[in-house]
Amino acid sequence: MQSDPEAIRQSIRSYLKIGAALYVFTVITVAVNQIHLAVPFAVTLALIIATMKGSMVASVFMHLSHEKKWIYGALLLTVVFFIVLMSLPMFTTIDHIGTKSESAKAPAHAIVPPGAAAPESRH
Amino acid sequence: MEMNIPYTVEVRPDTGLQNGKLGVWLFLASEVMLFGALFSTYIILRTGSTEWPHGELNVWLGMFNTFVLIGSSVTMVMSWASLKLNDFRMHRRYLLGTLALSAVFLVVKYFEYADHFARGEGPWHNTFLAVYFTLTGLHGIHILGGMAVMGYLVGPGAKLYKKNSEQFTNRVEYTGLYWHFVDLVWIFLFPVLYLL
Repeated sequence: MQSDPEAIRQSIRSYLKIGAALYVFTVITVAVNQIHLAVPFAVTLALIIATMKGSMVASVFMHLSHEKKWIYGALLLTVVFFIVLMSLPMFTTIDHIGTKSESAKAPAHAIVPPGAAAPESRH
Repeated sequence: MEMNIPYTVEVRPDTGLQNGKLGVWLFLASEVMLFGALFSTYIILRTGSTEWPHGELNVWLGMFNTFVLIGSSVTMVMSWASLKLNDFRMHRRYLLGTLALSAVFLVVKYFEYADHFARGEGPWHNTFLAVYFTLTGLHGIHILGGMAVMGYLVGPGAKLYKKNSEQFTNRVEYTGLYWHFVDLVWIFLFPVLYLL
């Protein structure tokens, strides 16, 4: 970050603008929630707005828009692992280990009711 | 024998950064994974449940607290910018403002928690409240941690400004990085818990 007073004053103006934008986006998020949109649309919209707000905080307040490559490298690695972490719920829904598929189920006529004599085995 | 921590003011030649700054960013990377694991758990619990309660939380209080934390992020960055302009008095005002706003956040959170407990709705009540108390509780602990560091910078830690103003300014910047991260986490917690 530069120490030139004029550059700092310019940065202060952008901090105030971003602060105001964050307030506006918060109001929009709540307003959208109050009009009761369809759930998938409401979830998508709320998360898009939250991501935009998060990006503003990270890039301007945390100065990520002009950082050194070491920090970008560490964050890139974090993003990769974060995506893996967020994908875990998806793996739980596509995982069928331990559950019987329809084709693996025994046909109805082959099921022996409890107490019934088992067919004699042939020798 | 006095030993100084290297590269607190001057940048390290191979990274181009002060050690403290890289250290804080690596710490924040680990924090992303900590909160990420909890968000991931929330998704599993939510998608796996047949019904999920709505309207359990006061949206207006959540919105108020969002405003409070955004305001505290602005005062925090202004506190650092004031130091860059060699205005120590304004720096202290902004830092005290940040401390006050973080205290307001916790007071509001206290009233929200107290209301739930008064109705017998603790984390044991249902899955949603278990998730709510875990996520907001962990976030609250982070707020307390930030307040402790800010308290140190306002109090005994402020002596460093006279000795080494640049090192002090860097400490305020690192505290700010942490504080903005805490704000960033809340920016996601608010819609996920209060609105969806």
